[in-house]
Amino acid sequence: MANNVIEVHQVSKRYGLVQAVDGVDLAVEAGQVFGLIGHNGAGKSTLFKMMLGLLPATSGQIRIDGWPVRGEEFRRVRRHVGYLPENVVFYDNLSGLETLAFFARLKGVDRSECGGLLERVGLSPAADRRVKGYSKGMRQRLGFAQALLGKPKLLFLDEPTAGLDPEGVREFYRILRQMRGEGVTVILTSHILSEIQERVDRLAIMRSGKIQAIGTVQSLRETMALPLYFELRLVRGAEPGLQRAIAALAGAEVSIDAERAVVHCQRESKMAVFQALAALDGLITDIHVREPSLEDVFLGYSE
Amino acid sequence: MTFAIELRQVGIIAVKEFRERIRDRWVLAVTIVFTAFALVIAYFGAAQQGAVGFRSIEVTIASLVSLVIYLVPLIALILGFDAIVGERERGSLDLLLSMPITRFELLLGKFLGLSASLASSTVIGFGLVGLLLGSRLSPEAWYHYAGFILSSVLLGMAFLSLAVMVSVYATDRTRASGGAIALWFFFVLVYDLLLLGALVVTGGAVAADAFPYLLLLNPADVFRILNIFGLDEVRTLYGLTTVFPERLASPALLGVVMLVWIVLPLGLANWRFRR
Repeated sequence: MANNVIEVHQVSKRYGLVQAVDGVDLAVEAGQVFGLIGHNGAGKSTLFKMMLGLLPATSGQIRIDGWPVRGEEFRRVRRHVGYLPENVVFYDNLSGLETLAFFARLKGVDRSECGGLLERVGLSPAADRRVKGYSKGMRQRLGFAQALLGKPKLLFLDEPTAGLDPEGVREFYRILRQMRGEGVTVILTSHILSEIQERVDRLAIMRSGKIQAIGTVQSLRETMALPLYFELRLVRGAEPGLQRAIAALAGAEVSIDAERAVVHCQRESKMAVFQALAALDGLITDIHVREPSLEDVFLGYSE
Repeated sequence: MTFAIELRQVGIIAVKEFRERIRDRWVLAVTIVFTAFALVIAYFGAAQQGAVGFRSIEVTIASLVSLVIYLVPLIALILGFDAIVGERERGSLDLLLSMPITRFELLLGKFLGLSASLASSTVIGFGLVGLLLGSRLSPEAWYHYAGFILSSVLLGMAFLSLAVMVSVYATDRTRASGGAIALWFFFVLVYDLLLLGALVVTGGAVAADAFPYLLLLNPADVFRILNIFGLDEVRTLYGLTTVFPERLASPALLGVVMLVWIVLPLGLANWRFRR
């Protein structure tokens, strides 16, 4: 347990009649990248804010690095935490560098760190321009630089890639990998599930204030028993042979569209399907095996 | 949750707030407004009596008081209503609060930074005019004029405190601006009318004894009394203050009342903000 940077124990939050977060247990190990996904209103943001100490929990306990988030030691905790809120807008009339320097002072971080951080997120050329003229992507980069102030041990990133162009997204995850390599723990939310799935070590799916599932992407796929896909390319006239071969197998279905076909099957019949397909010598020109995507997992849990 | 205040954090917020007001030329604009109005009043204030040009410091201060009593509360409320609710709508409030800072430090820093902005405009704007009049002012006149500037700063801070309170309680900027304007109408336009109305309707039976104390419940009236009572020449011109007893008119006591008006709304704001 000592290795957990975040420990959330039976945490609930109630607003009047609305149970925003309902008995959540969560532990994130040091050095992990942890993803939190769920619909709007699933309780992600509320949970995030409670973990940051911005909102008091109605019940339950939250510890960051072994310390309670809202006690006397909150300053100590917060100096080691970086936070990027969703859709942050900064102060129009300050420059990027001044904005960063302002947060650096609040955090007790040396101002000399700011130039390097702006360099790291690719904002150096715009450092002295007022934030008013920044694009959404540039503001997001500035927000990320701000979150990295003071070499945090723990990063909370709420929809960190919103507004970034594809190059910016790649750059963001490159920096994130570096941070992970330095032992930083990261907890992030994203609605772009295909983006998050290759980049998190573990994830939790939230629905109606509860954690529906938690684990590695692979373990979630397996516990849900979602079908796998075989994507096939066929030679002309291969249809009847393929239909027959799949019909002979339990737990597999095929849909054919001219020269392309998709076979769905349960995980346990994967090898049987594979052998049956291999036996159709000459009818199939190409095969891809596809794992269910995070979208499938997500939809599977939220039905 | 009571934690020791770190003044450093308060100062960082205040400096940032002040710097923003300098950057967007707010301080400059308001300074110009104050200077221009004060000049016009100093030189043309007596035009109705058929005279143009500077007359006496007492008349000038009395005219400036009538101006400041409308203008400073309005400017303070406009400056302050956005303080917290604006950060909340921008999405930067959560970010600020995730820093090693308490809510009280943030609130106090905001208030002090905004106060410094308004105080700069007030002191520079009216101070410039004071310097222009300088050669004609006796030491006693300077004393009154300095008192007028100081009390204007306090008046601004009292209404800034109210504005910050509105900013904490309001759920969005629109409501906050509405609340700020409502406060201005109430304290600046309606309050005295209500008091006078109550006096007249009841033929002085109700509220006559309480009248001076009721005046203390309005920072704008406290400001007026503070400035008018020291000036013998104009005291008689003001109907309202003739019913005000001498013993309540000590500048020290009125100053304390003004400080209460600065501290109280801020305290209520802090109480609400922490929840």
